[in-house]
Amino acid sequence: MNLMPENEVMPAAPHPMAPLPFRVQRVRRETRDTFTLELQSANGAGRPSFLAGQFNMVYVFGAGEVPMSITGDPADQDTIIHTTRSVGMVSQAICKLKSGDMVGLRGPFGTPWPVEEAAGKDVVVVAGGIGLAPLRPVVYQLLADRAKFGKVVLIYGTRTPADILYQKELAKWRSRLDFRVAVTVDRAPAAWRGSVGVVTTLIPKVSFDPQRTVAMVCGPEVMMRFVARELEARGVEKNRIYISMERNMKCAVGFCGHCQLGPQFICKDGAVFRYDRIRPLLGIREL
Amino acid sequence: MPEHSILQRAHFEQLLGALKTRGYRVIGPTVRDGAIVYDDLNSTDDLPVGWTDEQEGGTYRLKRRGDAALFGYVVGPHSWKRFLHPPAVRLWQANRTGKNIQIEEEKHAAPKMAFLGVRACELHAISIQDKVFLGGSFVDPLYKARREGAFLVAVNCGQAGNTCFCASMNAGPKADFGFDLALTEIIEGSEHYFLAEAGTPLGEEILQELEHRPAENIEVEKAGSIHEKTAQQMGRTVDTTGIKDLLYANMEHPRWDDVASRCLACSNCTMVCPTCFCTTVEDVTDLKGDHAERWQKWDSCFTADFSYIHGGSVRSSTKSRYRQWMTHKLASWIDQFGSSGCVGCGRCITWCPVAIDLTEEVRVIRATDIRTKSMAKETDDGNTGTNPR
Amino acid sequence: METLERILAEHPFSRDLQKPYAELLVGCAANVRFEAGEFLFREGDEANQFYLIRQGIVSVEIFAGPSGQTTITTMGEGEVLGWSWLFPPYRWKFDARAVELTRAIALDGKCLRAKCEADHDLGYELLKRFALMVEQRLDATRLQLLNVYESHA
Repeated sequence: MNLMPENEVMPAAPHPMAPLPFRVQRVRRETRDTFTLELQSANGAGRPSFLAGQFNMVYVFGAGEVPMSITGDPADQDTIIHTTRSVGMVSQAICKLKSGDMVGLRGPFGTPWPVEEAAGKDVVVVAGGIGLAPLRPVVYQLLADRAKFGKVVLIYGTRTPADILYQKELAKWRSRLDFRVAVTVDRAPAAWRGSVGVVTTLIPKVSFDPQRTVAMVCGPEVMMRFVARELEARGVEKNRIYISMERNMKCAVGFCGHCQLGPQFICKDGAVFRYDRIRPLLGIREL
Repeated sequence: MPEHSILQRAHFEQLLGALKTRGYRVIGPTVRDGAIVYDDLNSTDDLPVGWTDEQEGGTYRLKRRGDAALFGYVVGPHSWKRFLHPPAVRLWQANRTGKNIQIEEEKHAAPKMAFLGVRACELHAISIQDKVFLGGSFVDPLYKARREGAFLVAVNCGQAGNTCFCASMNAGPKADFGFDLALTEIIEGSEHYFLAEAGTPLGEEILQELEHRPAENIEVEKAGSIHEKTAQQMGRTVDTTGIKDLLYANMEHPRWDDVASRCLACSNCTMVCPTCFCTTVEDVTDLKGDHAERWQKWDSCFTADFSYIHGGSVRSSTKSRYRQWMTHKLASWIDQFGSSGCVGCGRCITWCPVAIDLTEEVRVIRATDIRTKSMAKETDDGNTGTNPR
Repeated sequence: METLERILAEHPFSRDLQKPYAELLVGCAANVRFEAGEFLFREGDEANQFYLIRQGIVSVEIFAGPSGQTTITTMGEGEVLGWSWLFPPYRWKFDARAVELTRAIALDGKCLRAKCEADHDLGYELLKRFALMVEQRLDATRLQLLNVYESHA
């Protein structure tokens, strides 16, 4: 049955809103409410290459589509890894996926973390909660090319010890002499032997040279605001601090208008922004 | 100087005929439900012959004209985005068999559409949406197909409405680019004709198929004076000097609270605006759960859902939503796409149920610019004794 | 071996004190050491000193009934622990316990209180430093209350 009139033509390029098929290889529970998903291309096309900090739109059949930061190793050529918190309807559906299930994927989208720019400098990575997920690819790259950078520091804060992502990996990183990993939590049971206090309190305590540091910060907006302030107080230049913004995203390609923050489209001008460029906008409420 | 031709009213039907012969679906103004809307035209009889519109803030009325003008109105609630960027578009369908999902992109129709009666402001609006959907790193292939298949017949406005301000936005009233054919309707006593100008080779080709003759200088001058008169008639004006900086600097102006006390957040302004492009996507499934579809639908920055992220809406107040809309339209659009997002068509004023008028909002903010106010305060405190008057 | 004088001159709290005050502080200072699990002080005890931590981690805790100890904050190298000695009734409001081997300088608050009364310049100098510390810790506590890792917008 052909319902198409004669003068109809197929669009030449694929629609940027059309997802490609990916197969779930593995679902791993990270914490009470976060899950890590490993995906592989289901049409033999392989996975698209991505830069640390970019995100994909993940579609779950029957549930919908959400943006998810890519948290795998950019050097791993076949797997796409995402970590998500089971909050909205789609994320909940994602967390219920089983190995072998199929999802739709569009991407990667957005701007990357400035890993290249950080060469020759100290690198301070500050993550809050699930904000470690989009920064993990940065850590992979820093460690893979460790000699290219000065001091490398990861400062990570979560609500409780149970909310810490990638615990085994963190332990492995912590054992390296060339990588300082500082973790802190807001609340802890007596058994916790690490630091208690909000993530900002660690910034004055770790060793790095603020004059030659590039900082990459990811977490909720309020956390990033205070972290950036503390980094500035420590002497890190505003134009050497990068943060990753979150807004409602429907299309990821600049068509839908939802993710605007003043003149910026978070999906294509971000999500990673240089702090000095975005700071004036953060001060305006309900922007 | 471009060649001008004269097309008699009596031969106007030939234009529709020529377009249809070439396979175009001809869409233009017609009277329906008490308004002039855009819809399919069978013949010239479907045009709003002898009708005009009276517009004011929150008011739109059709009235009979004293003549039989075909285009003797300004603009109605519709704009061409309805056809180039339709209110609801299915993007793809997916079928599930077992663990497999097959996604099929919509085999999209790109019918050849001829738009009859495109106003200068609307040509500008189309070029503005072109930048959104075609000008970035991603291209909307459906928009592209519709846009490339469109034939635009501009008709210069013979009068301006009370809510018009295209002259302030440098978007009219005379069509100066982006058309295949541009017409100016001239009625003088028993004379009723169109001064025609082709803007593209295709426009020229079609013009050649119609009964026409070269225009006399006097006729070109007559059309010119119509354009001038229309420009003088603008019911509204906006001073756009430094408007981007003005609005950026006044994000915390108390006037936004004032607008918010009137605004119903009904989103009418965004629906009638010819440049507003925001959409949402809806993923739907059938009851069996084996078939899913994704639809793209017009959305509005006035809804609570628009800015929702986990935890709540970023813009929870009406104040923040109106501010978003107006500063986007008049200020941040310039940073994003290199031009204002407003073409001065006045639809947002006419179709606002409570007659909020962005030209007035700009005027008030300009008159009480926070920057000058704080400067004045400094002067007062500094006791320099200068009298501002 | 490091002298107390040198340690005080290097600790962020007392780094740039004027010489007479630094000497005065040395007179009230003592080197202390706590094994992992050992309490530096307990809620309700008399607060007669404060600690400049040189090494290790100290957790400030509150005993919250059935749920046991809750850690409010932890402190490490370069930080100052304790200000209850400054204000009546001069009693600790929380527990402080060494999480790991901790070395610190204990300063005799009782002695300093009297000296501050006698020399308001010294009092002002010390209070300025404590006030800044209290402000920073209050800010941090506010953020901790906010749950900055899950809140949005």
